[in-house]
Amino acid sequence: MHIFANPVRFLQLARPLTGWCGWIGAVLVVAGLGAGLFLTPPDYLQGETVRIMYLHVPSAWLGMAGWGGIAVASIMELVWRHPLAGIAARAVALPGAVFTGICLATGSIWGRPTWGTWWEWDGRLTSMLVLLFVYIAYIALAEAEADRGGQGRIAAIFGIVGVVNLPIIHFSVLWWRTLHQGESIGITGSSIAGSILWPLPVALVGFTLLFVSIVLMRMRAMLARQKVEARLRRMGTEP
Amino acid sequence: MSQWPFVIAAYVLAGVATLALALASFVQMRKAERAAEALKRR
Repeated sequence: MHIFANPVRFLQLARPLTGWCGWIGAVLVVAGLGAGLFLTPPDYLQGETVRIMYLHVPSAWLGMAGWGGIAVASIMELVWRHPLAGIAARAVALPGAVFTGICLATGSIWGRPTWGTWWEWDGRLTSMLVLLFVYIAYIALAEAEADRGGQGRIAAIFGIVGVVNLPIIHFSVLWWRTLHQGESIGITGSSIAGSILWPLPVALVGFTLLFVSIVLMRMRAMLARQKVEARLRRMGTEP
Repeated sequence: MSQWPFVIAAYVLAGVATLALALASFVQMRKAERAAEALKRR
């Protein structure tokens, strides 16, 4: 990991990876969602709304994995002072927030015909909403710190502290047995029928690759902006 | 109650949000890298 702390080396890898991840991700997303919409049968209990799962599960995974990424990058920023770690954490924040929002919105749309309500203050729903607020707070904090010429340390500490919400989200369906169903997919197997389940890993991998591509694009934009600022500063001080 | 309008609404919402995010990230990256390149050539 230390090898990629060098922005030049990172860019050599990020440039080809951005396109590859983006295009392969897009193809897999279209294939997974297309299969989920047109090839799988409706669920015997949920009916057609089960198709929302192919969007909802990947977006929930990316919302949570995104914050996990922020926490890891924040630790690297504080401990090893990697120049790219802070950039990576800030680059993940917006896509993470967007996918958390998609997760909440698609869950709400699924809930109306299935549960009979758009929203319920259930443990899983509430902890996911908290994650969205934590993302928004992180983005605001990181921007404010950058505007004041800070080194990103406060945002990094916030990134590490915020990770406490992830186990709460994960275990919420076990701790508070309210409306949200328990775990459907575990390490040992799944309670979802294979005929319905198979497009989910395709969509999951596709959305993940797309997410990586978006994060890489945002990191490249941030690095280029830093380069411009540094050059302008140098030009301003040159005699 | 027909369930298809809910399914379509979820897919449209997620599709538009993902596409907008990817497109905005791409445009910002191209703009920033072009500005850096232009300044380098100056």
